[in-house]
Parts: sequence; structure tokens; C-alpha cells
Amino acid sequence: MDVNSETIARLASTGQRLDGRNVQEYRQPIVIETNISWTAEGSAKVQIGKTVILAGVKLAIEKPYNDTPDEGGIMVNAELLPLSSPEYEPGPPGIKAVELARVIDRGIREAKAIDMKKLCITPGEKAWFMMIDIITINDDGNLFDAAGLAVLAALKSAHFPVVDPETGAIDYKHKTEETLPIIKEPVPVTIYKIGTSLLIDPTREEEDAYDARLTVASDDKGILSALQKGGDAPLTMEEISAMIDLALEKAKFLRKTLNSLVKS
Amino acid sequence: MGLLTKERDIVIPGEALAEGLDFLPGENTYREGEQIYSKVLGLVTVSGHVLKITPLAGPYIPKPGDRIIGKVIDITMSGWRVDTGTAYSALLNVKDATTRFVRKDEDLSKLIAIGDYVVVTIIKVTSQNLIDVSMREPGCSPLPGGRIIKINCQKVPRVIGKQGSMISLIKQKTGCEITVGQNGLIGIKGTPAGELTAVRAIRIIEEKAHQDGLTDKIQQFLEQK
Repeated sequence: MDVNSETIARLASTGQRLDGRNVQEYRQPIVIETNISWTAEGSAKVQIGKTVILAGVKLAIEKPYNDTPDEGGIMVNAELLPLSSPEYEPGPPGIKAVELARVIDRGIREAKAIDMKKLCITPGEKAWFMMIDIITINDDGNLFDAAGLAVLAALKSAHFPVVDPETGAIDYKHKTEETLPIIKEPVPVTIYKIGTSLLIDPTREEEDAYDARLTVASDDKGILSALQKGGDAPLTMEEISAMIDLALEKAKFLRKTLNSLVKS
Repeated sequence: MGLLTKERDIVIPGEALAEGLDFLPGENTYREGEQIYSKVLGLVTVSGHVLKITPLAGPYIPKPGDRIIGKVIDITMSGWRVDTGTAYSALLNVKDATTRFVRKDEDLSKLIAIGDYVVVTIIKVTSQNLIDVSMREPGCSPLPGGRIIKINCQKVPRVIGKQGSMISLIKQKTGCEITVGQNGLIGIKGTPAGELTAVRAIRIIEEKAHQDGLTDKIQQFLEQK
């Protein structure tokens, strides 16, 4: 709504928001539930304010890629269900869904969050591949951060299925105790720029009003693994530095929340 | 024979409300054979021999005389097309938008631009659902800034209250200008804190619309602030 966008911009310049939050404050409650699906090897539901998102991890044995014969693989797919927002339509993934999936994928892949070599069973022949699906249940803004948390929680809760040692067939109905070889936990935080102020965790109305955004994925040592810039407005070097500093600080908060709610 | 439900029961579409010919089907109900059924999800009201249902949810149906808030989505040869929040858009004619003389070749976007919100009154709805709106009725004008929220349009009567008691209470306590459209859009303008309190109060009304003593609860809520 255009009237709201003008009001959001005017309030942002004085450090205020429509819902009365501080500009650098996440919505409450942040709820993370794991093992919500019987059919997935790992799954999680994340709620930030009114935004609700599901993530699931499926594991399958495939032939490794030719350039990495001793490594497993990761595939991320996001689906923006029409039930989650009036904007979304059924059909092939649009630009928003593709971007969401790729930002999450890059955060995990480039951080080398998972020891891909440990996923290899027989080099050049067999390796575990992770298929990660992100599904939106309700989009009230900030899908990137919610999806990042959901995928991490799902990965942490994943258990390998039982493999028949003779035939090599996977029994998806039974899970082993073995979990995924997670080395790092990259958390994406998206910083939005409206006017001259930086804010986090926007609602849908604020997402309609932003000028630029930067998604920063970082691990617990503060090492950046991925950046993604969106929006029409340009960013200066100082702004990018400020955004990264803020993202690192907020990543600590999100990681603390994740670790308190999900036991690995 | 007789009533199968009580006053203020929540019923679902197709639920039998009464049996026999002692009762008459009113709003949102229908008779089939011996029984009267509900057409919608809502609360039962028994007034004498007439059964009515107050809907709890559902889309806005445009009615002549309703004051609504619409968004201008297009400019036509002779006026503006307004999104009413229903499946059908409305037409605001130049002659119904302003009292001043508008020249033939004048740029209409100088008067009302695309994306602006307007408070308008529905003057006609045809059988084909073509809606005509006017801004020359009392209380109609382009919406000043502030913020707009959307609520379930079936709760609008509760937000306004008996003879406007609820809305004037919120206006008085928050110092905001509030315009309620029958289509569920509400325009609020005031201080940021006042606007926020007003939005929260309206959300409480929307959530607890079917409860008794709502005005007192809202009064309490507003006094805590």
C-alpha cells in the first residue's frame, strides 16, 4: 500500500517503525520446531512473527559429479505457496523463489558448512546427496532469514536412513543414529535500507517500501560466506560495512536462538 | 419441530437451524423442505419468528450508500478506476469527484493520481456488478497520509460500534483521524504512537468481535496506554 510506504519511509528516518519495534529488533516470537515431517530425513518449522516457513531435507544416493568424484552434493529448492501470500501464484518458480533458494544454497555451500567428502561412499560411484526443500506457509516478510534458520535446523535434525548392506537399497522408514557432518552453521541475516536507515526483519509492508537490501551469511567465527544485494538503490562502501557489522551482530542473536531451541 | 439451534450459536453452511413452519428464513438462510439451513459461517440471531445469520467471515459485497476506501488503479477518459477490494472495480466520474470545473484536456492525474487512496460513497451497483462511486458525498475525500490497514469487512460494524461509540472512543483516546470503509480498509492518521495504539485496538476488536462487553475492554486497553 503506497500510503503505508510513505509513512514507513518517514518513520524510518526517525528510527521508528509501523509496528512500534526498534529498527534493529527481530519480531517475537521466534519459534523453531524440528522433526515435523515423518517422510523427510530432517525437517523444521520456523516462525518469526507471523512469517511461517518449513524446510525439509531428503537424502539419496547418487553418482557424484565428474569434477568432484569424492564429494556428495546439495540441492536447494524453494516454493512460495499461493496460500502464503496473495502475491504468489501456482506454477513454475518465479524470480523470488529462485533467488531465495540460491541465497540459502550459496550460504551453506560457500561456507563449506557440510563436509562433502564425508558424504562420499564410493568415489566416482556413490555419494549422499541432500535435497533441501523450502516451503512458505505464511509470508509476512523476511523470508531469507526465516528460511536460513529453517534449513539449518532441518540439517541439524537430519538422520541418515538405513541402507541395506547387500542390495544397497535405502529403507526410508527407518533412520540411523548418524547425523550429517555439519562443520559450520552459516546464518543469513538480511539488512534492509529504507531512506538512510538500516533495519532488519521487515514485515510485508516494509518489504514493499525498501530501497535496497543485503543478505549476509556468516558462520560462528564471523567469516562471511555469501552476500546478496537486492533492490534498486545503490549502496556505498560505508553502508555495506555498516550492514555487515549489523548482520554479524544479529547472526549471533539468531544462532543463540537456534542453539537454544534445537539440540544437534 | 422448532429451533435446532440457540441464539448466538456458531453455525456452518448447510447446518439445520429450525424445523417446521414456525420460523421464517431471514438473511443468509434458506428453506429446503421442512428445514431452514444456514448459508454462511456465522452467529444465529432469532428475532421473533425470523432466523438470521450474522456472518463471521466472507467477502465484501458492494451496496449503494456504503462509504468505502478505494485505491485508484487507472485513469480513464472521463474519470478514475478504483479498486474496491472486491472482485469488481468501481468507476469514479470526474463530475462526481470535484465541484470545480475540469477542462476537457486537463491532466486528471493532477487531481487524483494512480496509487492514491480515496474515500468514496457507492451510488450505484448494477446487476452486472458495475459500481459507480462518488466523492461529493459527506465525509468523502482523497485520504490524507498516515497508514492503512485491512480488516475482515464483516467486523466493520463492531469497529464502528453502536452509533459510532467504539470508533469515537478510539479517536478520542489516541487523537487520530480514523476513516473506516465498509470494505474493511481503515485509514488512520495521527502521531506514530497514537496510530500504533489505534491499530492494536482495532486488531483486538477484530479478534474478539463476537464477545460481549467489547467497548469496556477497549476502554481498559486504551487507558493502560
